[in-house]
Amino acid sequence: MDVQRKLEILADAAKYDASCASSGTEKRDSSDGKGMGSTAPGMGICHSYAPDGRCISLLKVLLTNACNYDCLYCVNRASSNVARARFTIDELVKLTLDFYRRNYIEGLFLSSGIIRNPDYTMEQVVSVARKLREEHHFRGYIHLKTIPEAADALIAEAGKYADRLSINIEMPQETSLQQFAPEKDVRAIRRTMGRLRLKLDEAEDSRSAKTKAKPQRFAPAGQSTQMIVGADSATDHTILHTSANLYGSYRLRRVYYSAFSPIPDASRALPLVQPPLLREHRLYQADWLMRFYGFDVGEIVDERAMLPLEIDPKLAWALRHRDRFPLDVNRASREELLRVPGFGTKAVERIIATRRTTTIRLSDLARLHVPRHKALPFIVLSDHRPSPHRLDEARLIERFKPKATQLGFGF
Amino acid sequence: MQYITLDTETDFEGWRKAARSLVLHHIEPRDITWAVQGGEAELFAPPAPSPILEVSDGTFNVSAKFVELAKAAILHRDGERFAILYRLLWRLKDNHDLIEVATDPDVAQITAMTRAVHRDEHKMHAFVRFREIGRERAAHYVAWFEPEHHIVELAAPFFAKRFADMPWSILTPDLCAHWDGHALSFTPGVGKSEAPGEDRLEETWRRYYASIFNPARLKVKAMQTEMPKKYWRNLPEASIIKPLIEDAERMTGAMIANAATDPHKPQKRPEAPMKRKPAADDLETLREEAAHCRACHLYKDATQTVFGEGPRSANIMLVGEQPGDKEDLAGHPFVGPAGQMLDRALEEAGVDRKKVYVTNAVKHFKFVPRGKIRLHQKPTTPEIKACRQWYEREVSAIKPELIVAMGATAAQSVFGKITPIGKTRGRLIDLPDGRKALVTVHPSYLLRLPDPRAKALEYQRFVEDLKIAAGLQKKAARAA
Ligand code: SF4
Repeated sequence: MDVQRKLEILADAAKYDASCASSGTEKRDSSDGKGMGSTAPGMGICHSYAPDGRCISLLKVLLTNACNYDCLYCVNRASSNVARARFTIDELVKLTLDFYRRNYIEGLFLSSGIIRNPDYTMEQVVSVARKLREEHHFRGYIHLKTIPEAADALIAEAGKYADRLSINIEMPQETSLQQFAPEKDVRAIRRTMGRLRLKLDEAEDSRSAKTKAKPQRFAPAGQSTQMIVGADSATDHTILHTSANLYGSYRLRRVYYSAFSPIPDASRALPLVQPPLLREHRLYQADWLMRFYGFDVGEIVDERAMLPLEIDPKLAWALRHRDRFPLDVNRASREELLRVPGFGTKAVERIIATRRTTTIRLSDLARLHVPRHKALPFIVLSDHRPSPHRLDEARLIERFKPKATQLGFGF
Repeated sequence: MQYITLDTETDFEGWRKAARSLVLHHIEPRDITWAVQGGEAELFAPPAPSPILEVSDGTFNVSAKFVELAKAAILHRDGERFAILYRLLWRLKDNHDLIEVATDPDVAQITAMTRAVHRDEHKMHAFVRFREIGRERAAHYVAWFEPEHHIVELAAPFFAKRFADMPWSILTPDLCAHWDGHALSFTPGVGKSEAPGEDRLEETWRRYYASIFNPARLKVKAMQTEMPKKYWRNLPEASIIKPLIEDAERMTGAMIANAATDPHKPQKRPEAPMKRKPAADDLETLREEAAHCRACHLYKDATQTVFGEGPRSANIMLVGEQPGDKEDLAGHPFVGPAGQMLDRALEEAGVDRKKVYVTNAVKHFKFVPRGKIRLHQKPTTPEIKACRQWYEREVSAIKPELIVAMGATAAQSVFGKITPIGKTRGRLIDLPDGRKALVTVHPSYLLRLPDPRAKALEYQRFVEDLKIAAGLQKKAARAA
């Protein structure tokens, strides 16, 4: 089988993994003239976008899509009829370098089906990274998928070469994992995440220690995970609760939500419908509120409940807490401003800097990049005060619902 | 009227020099016309532009933020940029804080220009596609790009740092950038016909692009906001976007219609290795069983069961409250800060740490997540009760002579009822089964004491308590 055909099979097999970003690592480049590559500080670079709206920043492939496991939601499960392929280590190294030289990608995101045993699989994955780094002095981004329960030495080595390590939690609740992925063990996944966090902490301590010893390197872009949404019966509350625990327990940089989407040769046990993309979007918004806006899970969604689909979670929160509004934009605290629908973190910073010198007026909202439509019922400006009845209107929510036709997603 | 002509479209230094001089001569913004040599605006300027007014040596201060904005905004293609920048500068000299006023029209416009320039720079970093000319050692990589603004000089160093070991050129209609492996150089812009044709890898790249796309998630608008059509004509993958979109519906429909196959070779999970029949006091089996404990809800959010550790022959058993953050991650008891405190105290008291068995009353970490940390929560009575089975079975496996309960939770487990520490602390107490118990504080209590004096004092008391255990250990050693 030629490399092109392998690439088709092994990229196809990797496309259901949402965790593709190339962000948040240390700054590196190759201006010392040895080797090639660099990392973009802060945000990674998206070199292309697929028609599914997702960024392409890394060569995202599997080393092999053969797998011993039979996870029902996975296209690569042992019982699926898809074509199988396996890259050699050299093929994958060459492909990465060739793509990189043409500026198609930021680096490599390598995952693999589990073959033989966890250690053997992990060793193969690590070999690719080792070769790129040590033989070709590749300085680009490398994201490796960690195989649960792989030997500690292999994990340590993976962290030496990789920018980011990840391991997918897969399902928001343990019972679903038992049902859909009988060979996977949520305890083993968490234990591995725990080990990764201990190593990340150690590396961080060694960096801040005031010794001359070279700081230990371990996955400077941290760890991330993915959860599949919509394959099981978990509510949004359960999902977000799981995320909050994962963030707190393992210091994950990101939890990715992946709407379960139809796969070729799917199992009968799973819903074959359009993927719940809007729900996925709302979960990302809610996740964002937890990480950057100081919201608790309980504030965003009630126990056992779902996020509303028609409006975003912050607006939904504001409508449930009308008594706290309207807020005077020229006086309110940063924390309060962050809770106004339509106010992003950057807009809040701009508002705070601006109001030191001048009073903010209605006509200024556009220059502050605030959507008027969303914010106006909740704020007071020197020349704007929402009518006192406005916030009480039971039908206020109707104002915000998009036209029915806009709700359609996908096609 | 002053007519100022700058050397090039990106001549920031020229603009700065002229602007400084104009401000010092009190020339109002409306009395200046800006042009670039050979540029369109120059055609409308008079044949002999006014010489730049000689600068008297004076200077004045502007904020670093303005300079930073101006350096970027000057790369914008809008011909008005020099004038707007000057107007803003003119206003800033009397009002320094104006630059922070995001709502000011001039500030807003310059900021928007800056943003457009940086976005274009970012897109150039992303969408340049090199094509290989010549092969292997003699290879040279050449790209064609059409930037929206005058960003070639701004964007080029990025490529020099990234592709340091290969010679490359980026050709654009404005300016071309070259890297020979050592230094960057620039030459005038060229036409697209100068750019090389197809690269041998482009078909492979298109295959990748087609395969990584999930047709069931089609979101064309989202793609286009990030990758506007104006960039498409120089992207090798763009030629297949349309067919991919057109085919997506059919492919998804087909997946849904003929999906649902039954597994063709039902996989059997490898049987778990035959477990030995657990003897009541078999520690390994106990540990294995406890790893799957679901007797209370604490297992749900914790990483793992943290079981006791130490030699089977231990005659002293230390019981703590519950594992903490670090213990939960590592799977071992007393490895965090409290564990280190305990080790130190044991050594000072003369207890041989290797000969004690250490465990917790509750085997799972109880916490609530707060952003990036986990706040420890006290176990409740039902949780302590549910977990007591493991403690009891550990006791009957180890058969210790002395059990040291550290903290109220531990005491509750050891005595089987709520037992305040104050009254019982620091003396040997007989347990119904003939063993002895000793009650003391939990080392993490010492960690939490804010006052250093109180801390030192309490620590000494803790060591004294442990000395009782040390005495017992020595006696046992002599007896053996
Ligand atoms: S805390 Fe104890 S009783 Fe509760 S699940 Fe864990 S081991 Fe079982």
